[in-house]
Amino acid sequence: MNAESAICARGIIRDFQAGQSTIRVLHGIDTDIRSGEMTYVVGESGSGKTTLISIMCGILWPTEGEVQVFGTDIYSLSDTELVNFRLNNIGFIFQQYNLIPSIDAASNAAVPLIAKGMAIGPAREKAIELLEKLNISDQANKLPNQLSGGQQQRVAIARALVHEPRLVVCDEPTAALDASSGRRVMDLLREVAVAPDRACIIVTHDNRIFDLADRILVLEDGRVTHDGTDMPEDH
Amino acid sequence: MLWIAIRMLTGDAQKFYGLLFGIAFSTLLITQQLTIFVNLIERGASGVFNAPEAEVWVMDPVSRTTDVNYAMPSTALDEVRSVPGVEWAVPHLRAVASVRTGTGDLEGVAIIGVDDATLIGMPENMVSETKSVLSQPDSVVIDDGGVFNLFENGEDPIGQRLELNDQRAVIRGVADSIPSFTSQVVLYTKYSQALNYVPGTRNRLTFVLAGVTEGETAAGVADRIEEQTGLKAETREEFADAGVDFIVENTGIPTNFGITVVLGFVVGVAIVGLTFSLFIRDNIKQFGALKAIGVTNSKIVGMVSAQAALVGAVGYALGVIGTVTFIWAFSGNPFFKGFYIPWQIPLISLAAVVIILAITGWIALRSVLNTEPASVFR
Repeated sequence: MNAESAICARGIIRDFQAGQSTIRVLHGIDTDIRSGEMTYVVGESGSGKTTLISIMCGILWPTEGEVQVFGTDIYSLSDTELVNFRLNNIGFIFQQYNLIPSIDAASNAAVPLIAKGMAIGPAREKAIELLEKLNISDQANKLPNQLSGGQQQRVAIARALVHEPRLVVCDEPTAALDASSGRRVMDLLREVAVAPDRACIIVTHDNRIFDLADRILVLEDGRVTHDGTDMPEDH
Repeated sequence: MLWIAIRMLTGDAQKFYGLLFGIAFSTLLITQQLTIFVNLIERGASGVFNAPEAEVWVMDPVSRTTDVNYAMPSTALDEVRSVPGVEWAVPHLRAVASVRTGTGDLEGVAIIGVDDATLIGMPENMVSETKSVLSQPDSVVIDDGGVFNLFENGEDPIGQRLELNDQRAVIRGVADSIPSFTSQVVLYTKYSQALNYVPGTRNRLTFVLAGVTEGETAAGVADRIEEQTGLKAETREEFADAGVDFIVENTGIPTNFGITVVLGFVVGVAIVGLTFSLFIRDNIKQFGALKAIGVTNSKIVGMVSAQAALVGAVGYALGVIGTVTFIWAFSGNPFFKGFYIPWQIPLISLAAVVIILAITGWIALRSVLNTEPASVFR
């Protein structure tokens, strides 16, 4: 494994059963994700980018291959160890935010800390500090349905970062936002999520934000066809 | 995480109240129906409980309950009195008769003839007047439930004259008694007077009520009476049980109440199961996100269990309160007189609630546990 690599994926193959037939979604992918960079995984629908990111963050078992996250072979861990590894090392930002509708923004942002066993009061305080950084501390006591899409995404970012993970995984973070909101969220994400000791992977097909990437991996039919700082000309 | 689980549940008011309704309704149905059932069948023993002094009931061997009896020769009384261990023995007559009311209607009544001298065989307490009124001519004492049946218009029963099998009877008191299974009007009178009211047959002594001397047990004396007289003798408890068993064995009541209780359980499973499943389905993305973030399956089980426990505790409490309110609200109705909730019934309904929640919670939980964390990226 490369010394700078946050994630080292080798020979990743993933098959899915579809009735009688087996569909190979990933065809032996080898790649490294480095700390201190914002890495985009882009590709058409069905190219395998979500499958790849799921495998790299330990929520989907590969059919073959090995994934090391910060030097830990995550698929050699027991189920409970893997869950705890995710809790301690990975922050997630989902396309649909998946905030809990009946608890306020601060409590939503505090979920990883509460899951780690921190009391609700201190967890909320820490979450509110982060919401302040994200400029929505005034919305801390509001329920998700009282927030705009952009505000909900900021709460989701706070939830992904509140426990100071070393890897942040974002799935289509701008898909549900208009152009200006999406841009603001990505600027913010770059500001708060990218750090020398933290890797950030973003799955997206939103070409409006490609310029914010440090590195772009292009997936086509389950294979990495481009790995560089810019998008290739033909995309 | 339990706090989050509870907030997830209570935040969805529609489903939360739906779940509470399901559990409360099931608890109410099960507790209320079982309460009525138990109190109703216990009335099979009301005849025994209304004669509290009797420690041993002696009867013809074919007699089964206070109401299903066969009369004995009057010599049976002396035979019982001669058995060692019997401190006292008195005659007791139970028969049915027709009474013509003031409005001209016929009403079936039970005539109970109690010992002339001691009045043993009467209920312990009176609602109005005293037991001694039976010493007056043609006196009868009516049970308080019977007052409602015979005097629906709220008339004062005291002093009312009745035509009882062509004989005159005057109500001179009201007894505080436990209603019979059929809620039939009961008229207490002296044994000698009762013989005048019921049609003449050769034998009219239906029971001998006996007390036991100090140092003897009722069961031991009952055995001795059976041995020496050839009659059937049962302790108060045995005869009370026989009355209850007779109703259980000879009526469709256990089946009917049983069906209602089962329906309560099924309705609970259906309402709670459906609502719980809808709640989980609506929150499956959130549960998936929690699993992806790093919440273990055991914590998820704890969360769903906490949700089920909250619904169960509140719903169960509401159901039991509903039953208590029902019993209290109807306590003035003579049909419900003396109704109580035996302590075993809330425990039975609690067990039913636990089973309902275990079944529905397990079904709901299965879908959460089967949710792959990766599904949140789809």
